[in-house]
Amino acid sequence: MKCSVAISTHQLCIGYTGRGFRRVVHPELNLQLYTGEVTALLGSNGAGKSTLLKTLCGLLPALHGDIFIDGKPLAGYRHGELATHVGVVLTERTQTGGISVYDLVSLGRYPHTGFFGTLREEDHAAIRNAMETVGIADKAQRHVSELSDGERQKAFIAKVLAQECPIILLDEPTAFLDVTSRLETMITLRRLAHQEGKAVLLSTHDLDTALQLADKLWLQPACSAEKETADPMVCGTPSTLIENGALARFFSTDAVIFDPVNRRLVARK
Amino acid sequence: MTRQKLRWIYAGLSLALVALFFGGLVYGAVRIPLKDVLQILFRSYEGKEAWQHIVLESRLPQTVTALLAGASLAVSGLMLQTLFKNPLAGPSILGISDGANLGVAIAMIYLGAASYLTTIVAALIGAFVVLLIILGFSRKVSSNVMLLIIGIMVGYLASSVISILNYHASADKVHQYVMWGMGDFSGVSLSKLPWLSGFSLAGIFCSLLLIKPLNALLLGESYATNLGVNVRRARLLILICTGVLTAVVTAFCGPISFIGLAVPHVARLLLGSSNHKHLLPVTLLAGACIAMLCSILTVLPGSGTVLPLSAITPIIGAPVIIYVIVNRKNIHYFN
Repeated sequence: MKCSVAISTHQLCIGYTGRGFRRVVHPELNLQLYTGEVTALLGSNGAGKSTLLKTLCGLLPALHGDIFIDGKPLAGYRHGELATHVGVVLTERTQTGGISVYDLVSLGRYPHTGFFGTLREEDHAAIRNAMETVGIADKAQRHVSELSDGERQKAFIAKVLAQECPIILLDEPTAFLDVTSRLETMITLRRLAHQEGKAVLLSTHDLDTALQLADKLWLQPACSAEKETADPMVCGTPSTLIENGALARFFSTDAVIFDPVNRRLVARK
Repeated sequence: MTRQKLRWIYAGLSLALVALFFGGLVYGAVRIPLKDVLQILFRSYEGKEAWQHIVLESRLPQTVTALLAGASLAVSGLMLQTLFKNPLAGPSILGISDGANLGVAIAMIYLGAASYLTTIVAALIGAFVVLLIILGFSRKVSSNVMLLIIGIMVGYLASSVISILNYHASADKVHQYVMWGMGDFSGVSLSKLPWLSGFSLAGIFCSLLLIKPLNALLLGESYATNLGVNVRRARLLILICTGVLTAVVTAFCGPISFIGLAVPHVARLLLGSSNHKHLLPVTLLAGACIAMLCSILTVLPGSGTVLPLSAITPIIGAPVIIYVIVNRKNIHYFN
């Protein structure tokens, strides 16, 4: 499948600002997210992975710089218009325990339905299709509270699929999942990118799975708070970043070293 | 949830609504047979004039008031519980009913005015002042939890002023104020009923228009924004809608506890779903039924003694809340 740029940023500065305070998380990001690929965003705790994801989907204002979504500046999207371009899966706690999986997935149709949110036949078809794609269709009438962590994650991915956005951003979708569910979730996302041409960006701490199943890696360095400077984000395919030593430099500490042969982190002897 | 179960729930609640409505007209200190009640309501009645007077001037307005007040308070509680992601939120928690109390306390104790109309106007002003304060803060404070806490604090401030007023007031005025504070569905006369009906039906209608954003808010504010909900506007509309409903009901009936807090739980347990598409209508129906039941229960059987409403609503509401809290691990919407 031919890949095109789904999200690009130009001199994007991300962080938080409030009355009399400003915290830069990264001063300058020039990124390209492509369709048809799974991109894994890696970085230590506090590097600002969530901040970046929330900025890219417009939940958090950029400090300065530009974001282009499908070629159009983020600021140029009307309220609600973005909902059919970028879908998100977040780590936020929700109150959805009391609704059925079907109802949860149907919330993804929000931008497509009318004033009263009545579901038409095409909406029902999109919901069923989304549930089947992630393999949660057999649990459609269960309450969300009855699902395991892995199933719940699948249900939220189904919700974002029902939203029918070309771009999907996921904040740590594999955290709290067991090994099998982690791989299954990644395989699902990979299928969506490769077969349906979606641009998928997910943050994760799971280097193993990312190296195995992601098409691209983004290595987000931490920013020094006083000087408001940071190394540029390192982007590339897993094999390139292994060969040029970028991964080894990014992850190695006094105690841990990256083993390029076995593609994993090991303790220094 | 099957369609069949839904049909049973709606049918059952509608039946209960009709039964409790006529129950409220038949039952009271004086027992009036249903046959006579129906004749008084629907065609010329040539029986006892006193009965006609009791049904039309006292029981009919009281029952309609209970129906509307119950539905209004219950739906307000539901919307606030969803908005604040807090199953223990209710119309009294944002300080709006405390505002109404303060308005009435000022009118009764400080200004010495005690007419029915001034009480209502004072309650409305008090409630709307607090509502405006909350709305003002809602523009500044982005977190709903913080807004909730501000509402509780504003309520405490209002209570504090009421204590000061009471402390300096004469005993009979304090008594008058305390009586108002016990809540009463019977205070609304037939001529005042259109005012209460107009406001509460308008508020209930607005709540029906908020079903779609309320469902999106179950996901939290970030998800809702991503789905295209204008979260600030939705929050403003929900606050105005619940504020008006609470203010009007409190102004006409006095502060009524537990209906707004407990009925949404009854509705969720009955439905087994938090999807507002059915939860909101079921909450409206259940609220109306439970308030009419409370209204009937204020008349002690046999003696004809009338108890204050504030003695009845907790008897129905508190066990519901205790049940929900104790069983929260097994209740889907808590997990």
